[in-house]
Amino acid sequence: MATLTRKDAYADFPVKKVSLYFVVLGLISLSIGTLFGPFQALNYANLNLYPWLQKLLPFIKSYYQGLTLHGVLNAIVFTQLFAQGALLYLQSKEMKMLPLMGVAWAAWWLDLVGLVLAAIPLLTNDATVLYTFYPPLKGHPLFYIGAALIIVSSLVSVFLSVELWYRWKKQNPGKPTPLVSYMSVATWMMWGVAAIGLVVEAVVLLIPWSLGLLKGVDPLLSRTLFWWTGHPIVYFWLLPAYVVWYGLLPQRAGGKLISDPLARLVFLAFLIFSSPVGFHHQFADPGIDPFWKLVHTVLTMMVAVPSLITAFSIAASLEIGARARGGRGVLGWITKLPWDDPIVLASTLGAIAFIAGGAGGIVNASFTLDYVVHNTTWIPGHFHLPVATAVTLTHFGLAAVLIPHLTGKPLVSPGLFRAGIVLWFTGMMTMAIGMHTMGLLGVPRRAWISNIAPNLEGIYGHTALWMVLNGIAGTILLIAATLILYVLFATLLQKKRLSPEELPELEFAEAISGPEGRRSVKVMDRLFFWWAMALVIVLIVYMPTLIRIWSTFVSAPGYRLW
Amino acid sequence: MDKHVIEAYERGWMLFSLAMILIFLVFIGYTLSGYAFYVPDAARRIDPTTVRTGGFPKPHVEEVAPGKYQAYVIGQAFAWLPGEMHFKVGDEVTFFVTSPDVQHGFYIHGTNINVQVIPGEVAKVKTTFKRPGEYLVICNEYCGIGHQNMIGKIVVEE
Ligand code: HEM
Ligand SMILES: [Cu+2]
Ligand SMILES: [Cu+2]
Repeated sequence: MATLTRKDAYADFPVKKVSLYFVVLGLISLSIGTLFGPFQALNYANLNLYPWLQKLLPFIKSYYQGLTLHGVLNAIVFTQLFAQGALLYLQSKEMKMLPLMGVAWAAWWLDLVGLVLAAIPLLTNDATVLYTFYPPLKGHPLFYIGAALIIVSSLVSVFLSVELWYRWKKQNPGKPTPLVSYMSVATWMMWGVAAIGLVVEAVVLLIPWSLGLLKGVDPLLSRTLFWWTGHPIVYFWLLPAYVVWYGLLPQRAGGKLISDPLARLVFLAFLIFSSPVGFHHQFADPGIDPFWKLVHTVLTMMVAVPSLITAFSIAASLEIGARARGGRGVLGWITKLPWDDPIVLASTLGAIAFIAGGAGGIVNASFTLDYVVHNTTWIPGHFHLPVATAVTLTHFGLAAVLIPHLTGKPLVSPGLFRAGIVLWFTGMMTMAIGMHTMGLLGVPRRAWISNIAPNLEGIYGHTALWMVLNGIAGTILLIAATLILYVLFATLLQKKRLSPEELPELEFAEAISGPEGRRSVKVMDRLFFWWAMALVIVLIVYMPTLIRIWSTFVSAPGYRLW
Repeated sequence: MDKHVIEAYERGWMLFSLAMILIFLVFIGYTLSGYAFYVPDAARRIDPTTVRTGGFPKPHVEEVAPGKYQAYVIGQAFAWLPGEMHFKVGDEVTFFVTSPDVQHGFYIHGTNINVQVIPGEVAKVKTTFKRPGEYLVICNEYCGIGHQNMIGKIVVEE
């Protein structure tokens, strides 16, 4: 009987198992990708540890190979797998329905196969093209094919979420979609529109080109298609964290979400405005009309509004929670938050980093200001705040609750875990100061400066003070990553299980203002209509430029220069 | 806290957010209309395989009018051509930059000249050097194993 119960550990709700598989594959990718982070930080402290790293991992040939692994595994694979696992589970749990389980497993297998195929050339140094893989740098075909399979898997997740929602709607006529499910469906719909650019780039241009079927590709066309997806992908990273902040965090802090309709409005705004903004990554590109750059600037600024609203909602929900627990004073309530809860600790620190990241993001998006910072270390200094701090910390916090909840295994050493979270936050904030400032002082990003040619040595000497901060940050982050990943994997691998009564529950936050009887909620619930609108807007702002470039297609042959 | 109080704060914050964004946009419009000659323009499209064989002028600097210069620059793995350029304070320089191989970044340290060099495009960008000194021309787009060494120089004399 014992074996039978173990086999059926997920029988009550089989979506638990597939969600866990997504999350664990994501954590494995993150572990490998993050390994290179501290070495990169030390590179920007003018310390070249790559000769030493090579003794440990002989297949690593250069800084740039590690950087490609870092970007691909962290920013593309880890984030997507967490979205796939966490959103699938939360939506199914809230709707009390199963997604199409066979399709969900197919998505997981697509991820795994894609990941393995892409990993082969990455590890053999045959696709050291960085995670933006700008042609005409030309990697091994397996890299593009593997990456395409991973994107296809994400599109399967779009289908899964929308199909589940549609089925729920049929069974619950007239009822508003529950909040977390609404946020999940809006996120996936947003990604469905966002992903088109990358899919076209990979399928029409890069895969045929890498296989030798196309002589050359148009570099500007590829860049433009890449950034069609490349900015909204940021929201695809971010929105699953927002789901945690709106859907779980208020309850865990002992309070309530202030407004359910406002949360919906935020996600609806992201659905519509996330994609038509990619040119703010191409301000420095010739060949794109400044008029369209300006249009994208205006829309980019507009997408800052839902994030500003989120900052308000989250802070208010936390304050309500802390006051309900006896908090007093203008800021004194902060001490009354349940800081020992992994989700509260990690999400709140993440949200603080996100405020700094948002301010920097507005600089980047400000057309004429961007030239000061474009492709300097300011840029990685900036985006480690939203993605490597806000999103990653939130996912860590969620994993520390979700893994015990899904597997019935208790979190190992919660104290070490909390120490890891606080160190990660400290390290990232320190690195942000170092990298932002060095960027303003003119140091380029993506540069192996610790291995610069002898005749150039010292050209970045004026940034020595800030390099020290990167050195400290890299060391702190190495310790932080070790602690956090140790706790999560030790939790997964242990034999111990909680009894059913001890199993941690995962409850959704209640709202002070609910959705009932609001006309606005009814209108916002017509998600297919809004999805179509999102597609129309993105076509309007992209088509004139894409058609113009495509009609003068430049055929650039590929190069392998690493 | 009372629900209506929160809702009032919430509306206030939304108005503040919108107003802030609008003010930023006004500033961007202002800088664009007056100062943004450093926003790169496309001179034309070009077949990258012809850049070294006559499709693009040989890398050089020429004076087109007193104090006005045109510089034809090629960024290639892993060097700028010409590797060194000389100007006088107050010279107005229009750069034409392209690449025969992969993407590079044409970034003149200490200025707002920061242009993506894309095979297939001839980028055009203008600046006036106001301070004397040595300016590094730093490649700031990954272009391969020697990317960190792709550094040129502009010397501006009194
Ligand atoms: C231990 C933690 C980490 C450290 C110390 C770290 C450090 C760095 C540094 C210094 C760079 C700049 C490299 C360069 O421009 O040459 C970088 C790039 C990057 N990092 Fe991290 N990182 C960490 C974790 C993460 C995480 C968790 C993510 C995403 C989830 C992430 C995403 C990225 C991306 C997308 C890039 C850009 C790669 C490129 O330019 O091609 N990093 N990282
Ligand atoms: Cu962006
Ligand atoms: Cu370069």
